[in-house]
Amino acid sequence: MYTISSKIKLFSIILVVVGAIGLIAGFIAAPSSIEDVKEIMASHDGHADDHAPVALGKVENHAKTDAVVHDDVKPNGAFEGNTHKAANDNQKDAHGEDEHYEHILHQLQNRPWASLYIAAFFFFMIALGVLVFYAIQFAAQAGWSPVLFRIMEAITAYLLPGGIIMFVILALSGFHINHLFVWADPEVVAHDELIQGKSGWLNGTGLVIRAAIFLAGWCIYRHFAVKYSRKQDEDSAGNVWYKKSFKIAAGFLVFFIYTESMMSWDWIMSFDPHWFSTLFGWYVFASLFVSGITVIALITIYLKSKGYLDFVNNSHIHDLAKFMFGISIFWTYLWFSQFMLIWYSNIPEEVTYYITRIEDYKLPFFGMLVMNFLFPLLLLMNSDFKRINWFVVMAGVVILCGHYIDVYNMVMPATVGESWFIGLPEVSAVLLFLGLFLFIVFSALTKAPLLAKGNPFIEESKHFHY
Amino acid sequence: MASTVIHALYIDDDILMDAVKKVRAEHYHIEEVFTPFPVHGLDKAMGLPHTRLAITAFLYGCVGLTVAITMMNYIMIEDWPQNIGGKPSFSFLENMPAFVPIMFELTVFFAAHLMVITFYMRSKLWPFKKAENPDVRTTDDHFLMEVDAANHDVNKLTEFLSDTGAVEIKVVTKQEDKH
Repeated sequence: MYTISSKIKLFSIILVVVGAIGLIAGFIAAPSSIEDVKEIMASHDGHADDHAPVALGKVENHAKTDAVVHDDVKPNGAFEGNTHKAANDNQKDAHGEDEHYEHILHQLQNRPWASLYIAAFFFFMIALGVLVFYAIQFAAQAGWSPVLFRIMEAITAYLLPGGIIMFVILALSGFHINHLFVWADPEVVAHDELIQGKSGWLNGTGLVIRAAIFLAGWCIYRHFAVKYSRKQDEDSAGNVWYKKSFKIAAGFLVFFIYTESMMSWDWIMSFDPHWFSTLFGWYVFASLFVSGITVIALITIYLKSKGYLDFVNNSHIHDLAKFMFGISIFWTYLWFSQFMLIWYSNIPEEVTYYITRIEDYKLPFFGMLVMNFLFPLLLLMNSDFKRINWFVVMAGVVILCGHYIDVYNMVMPATVGESWFIGLPEVSAVLLFLGLFLFIVFSALTKAPLLAKGNPFIEESKHFHY
Repeated sequence: MASTVIHALYIDDDILMDAVKKVRAEHYHIEEVFTPFPVHGLDKAMGLPHTRLAITAFLYGCVGLTVAITMMNYIMIEDWPQNIGGKPSFSFLENMPAFVPIMFELTVFFAAHLMVITFYMRSKLWPFKKAENPDVRTTDDHFLMEVDAANHDVNKLTEFLSDTGAVEIKVVTKQEDKH
């Protein structure tokens, strides 16, 4: 049995408190009126500070240059998400200044919300990725991984609390308590025929109902998978519980691949309601899958270093690192397939998605390619390196940061546009959820023995070597 | 130059593995082991060094990538930068996404083919090559260990080998050097 160390407990509580304070500060610091925005921008004109001076400065330049540039940027901004408004903008360029400040105001007001959303989704998707990996190991009857099952079960313990948090944030956004989803704003929808055409799917009630179904399905699978796994320990005669677990894993995987796809439309793609991509669901899946596997590897290495996992050898780590390597390349494949098809055909209604990202998010957009592809590719290609713990940890940390940036790139351009920065609200939100995640996962680890001894493949798994 | 080797035949890979370990422990020199199929862990038991084929493949891949980049940069950007369907041909980077499929395929092509050719060359395999099989049964169901008898007492060595479970032992005098 694992006993949670008081250090981890304290550490995670500190993270939660610091993160919560920072996030609240982020909400307070967000401007509430146009005058505040003017003040902020005036104070940042002179000197550099950590509130995205470069980005803000650039926006101002946009406003001063001619309307063509303006038009180019506008349709992708959160609240100018319709051509109608942008066209209006051109006509009344004389008093367009105020409208411009209003635009910035909405972006800055969105920033703490978007930070919260990104961090909540990022940690939720780790738990979800681990759950899928777990189900695949069952459905594939993998012989190497059963020694890691209890670690995976513990990580997926975050699924329920993380899912509830996601649900609350989604409900708030779907019913326009914040301005995250443009399509939730009735005023925008009234002027936007494209969103009107999609309102059969994109409406608050539908979003909440679908989210409830997805989350319920995933959490129910998690509940029964863990329950059967515990029962199998107590009563392994005939593998009754194991067979049940096998069946529900197969069922869950079918359910998951449909719901994950819809989840990615609802929770991520609908930030840009004018844009659509068919392989988006797979792309989000690759991101959550590789993050999940990385977290399994990191927690396994941590627990082994503390002496809790004598039955885990470096071949298990090697296998996990191979998955990290392979799925990282899979993610890149999907990223590039999506990017290249849209770049190549250059159809205006699709390509704006990438134009905003390349113009305003150059460093995070291409930086994540280095973190998610080049770094793991070169580091984890060597078979010997995959057995060295600190190599795997280093690659894992970079992959996790890279996939945070990935989610950031998916959410931020549509919600805060050019006013982005990785500052107080972003870091605080990550710390808050990191603390919560660590606390829940390590508490869950204490609930059951670390070896699923009733599993029929456990002996094979203990002697696994590659 | 004549040299004496002993051929010990086995009919089971587990017995063979044990025999290899025992022979190594007695510090006899194993010239070669012939098996009808790959025996897992045999190379480790024989103390063979790791293959460096994967490293060559990586380097060949780098060569392929370089070839692809140089080729397309020259053809599409430097030599005749035409406007083809509005694709930006001003610099390599601007038009790079269109080149990535070729860059990827050439990397794989070079890595795979050159590695295979390296394998053939290093293991001396080619069409019309004369088979080096000392006993035809080793391609079917027998395992053969060839032990160098040069400085040892042949009788003692054969006795030792039959103790390791060999079903048949032959003392062979080879007339010429094996490569």
